[in-house]
Amino acid sequence: MTAAASSVGVPVPPPPRRAGRIGRTVRHYLPALAVLVTMIGLWELLIRIYQVRAFILPAPSAIWAALVDNWGAGRWPLFVSAQTTLFEAVGGLIIGTTVGVVIAFAVARWANARDAVLPFAVAANAIPIIAIAPIFNAWFGVTNPLSKMMIAALLVFFPVMINVTRGLTQVEPSAIELMRSYAASEWTILRKVRLPNALPYFLTALKVATTLSLIGAIVGEYFGGSSTVIGRVVVQSASALRFDVTWAAILLAAVTGITFYMAVVALERVLIPWHSSVRGEEPG
Amino acid sequence: MTAPEAPVVRISGIDKQFQAGGDVITTALSGIDLEIGRGEFVSLIGPSGCGKSTLLRLIGDLTAPTAGTVEVNGKPAHAARMGREYGMVFQAPVLFEWRSVEDNVKLPLELLGMSRSDRDTRAREMLDLVELGDFARHHPPQLSGGMQQRVAIARALALQPAILLMDEPFGALDEMTRERMNSEVLRIWQQTGTTVVFVTHSIPEAVFLSTRVVVMSARPGRITAVVDVPLPQPRNDETREDARYFRVVTEVREALRAGGGLGGEPALASDERLAAEGGIG
Repeated sequence: MTAAASSVGVPVPPPPRRAGRIGRTVRHYLPALAVLVTMIGLWELLIRIYQVRAFILPAPSAIWAALVDNWGAGRWPLFVSAQTTLFEAVGGLIIGTTVGVVIAFAVARWANARDAVLPFAVAANAIPIIAIAPIFNAWFGVTNPLSKMMIAALLVFFPVMINVTRGLTQVEPSAIELMRSYAASEWTILRKVRLPNALPYFLTALKVATTLSLIGAIVGEYFGGSSTVIGRVVVQSASALRFDVTWAAILLAAVTGITFYMAVVALERVLIPWHSSVRGEEPG
Repeated sequence: MTAPEAPVVRISGIDKQFQAGGDVITTALSGIDLEIGRGEFVSLIGPSGCGKSTLLRLIGDLTAPTAGTVEVNGKPAHAARMGREYGMVFQAPVLFEWRSVEDNVKLPLELLGMSRSDRDTRAREMLDLVELGDFARHHPPQLSGGMQQRVAIARALALQPAILLMDEPFGALDEMTRERMNSEVLRIWQQTGTTVVFVTHSIPEAVFLSTRVVVMSARPGRITAVVDVPLPQPRNDETREDARYFRVVTEVREALRAGGGLGGEPALASDERLAAEGGIG
């Protein structure tokens, strides 16, 4: 088509330039950005008009000031706290994901393993995390970051295990028949079919796990331990009626969570560029 | 064809039973004997539940017979499968979306342990054969259903198999695409000289493609007739308007009716129909 068109002198449209792509990206995010700016403006305005007291809701400007003032020093050093909490969350994510993946492989491979392990996995998932957190603090040492990691790991384990098991087992039966018609061994089928098939499932679980691991770490922190962590800053600043600092800590926790999540999204783009979840997200 | 040579497929005395749960045993195939010569194009046709797909899987050693033997190229089907002598095409293309079109075609070559450069050459040949050379770097979801099925055919032929097994490969395509794919398969069959066993529901498709049509009946699945198709090669759109073509179509239809395959009732899955019959009695 293109060749025919150019041969009769019709100009072929030039390939999209970089500026055009950036323009599209800006247009894509503009509505969300507009809503955000409007909401913050409205929030600030309403607080000032009605003189809402800070313990109910501080103004965005006050939260921002608290964030800047407490960034590096003082009673509540926010940056170090967020760093420590993230460290606990990442540790928990690694432990929970590793255990989840290993069990998923066993469960996908042997029906016996499924019957033996699944009831306990479901039971572990049913335990309210808030109830088990003090116990884990006692088991692994309340000042030891490992206690927070284990709480995060417990939360992360289940969705990873379930999703990876699904990815390994939910393969088209005719795909297995195809491989068998080529005399492929179970090991080859695992490598060439089940593993790539499970990768999108794994990354979906990992995205959920980033958020869960932060929740686990912060819940663990509520029940004691080092004071330079997000959970302790939230508890202590609130009891000192410094709600501007509390909100700053919450804001920082949210930003940390989003960054963590985006890191996995980036990983997804590298590992499964062929998958519809990645291709569909590309703006334009 | 030259002097009589050993058949590519020799099926003798096949019975196949399934344990449907508990003590219920369903007989899918009973007393099947069939020989398929080198370079033949044989279609298996019959009503739902006649076991034609099961018969195809028995030839491909994807399921084992309850009794009887299947030989392919003079050896047991299992040995033929281990020797990678089969190409398979299913109703769904079964392409892996994490592989490009080209890499999908290379999959069997990788399993064989072929060198990288040989794989490249062979994959290119195969894609040219199905006229998809320009789409080598595309990913399967970017292709239409008919194109995906052509990739599946290229993959099935990549190992230059002794026998190509096709299980209703065009059942999911629209009528226009299906007719185009039929011509395509005939061209490829003539170009490669591969022996083909083709399962289908469609009488015109079976007659247009085949040198022989094997007509089967259900419960238990048996071969009720084998119809020769004396239409000249190469076949093309004119073949579909040939009086002899219609004569063979009629012959196959009558053979199906005689076997109870075209009773006028809607075709039910075999289990449903068994249950229905049980309910009446």
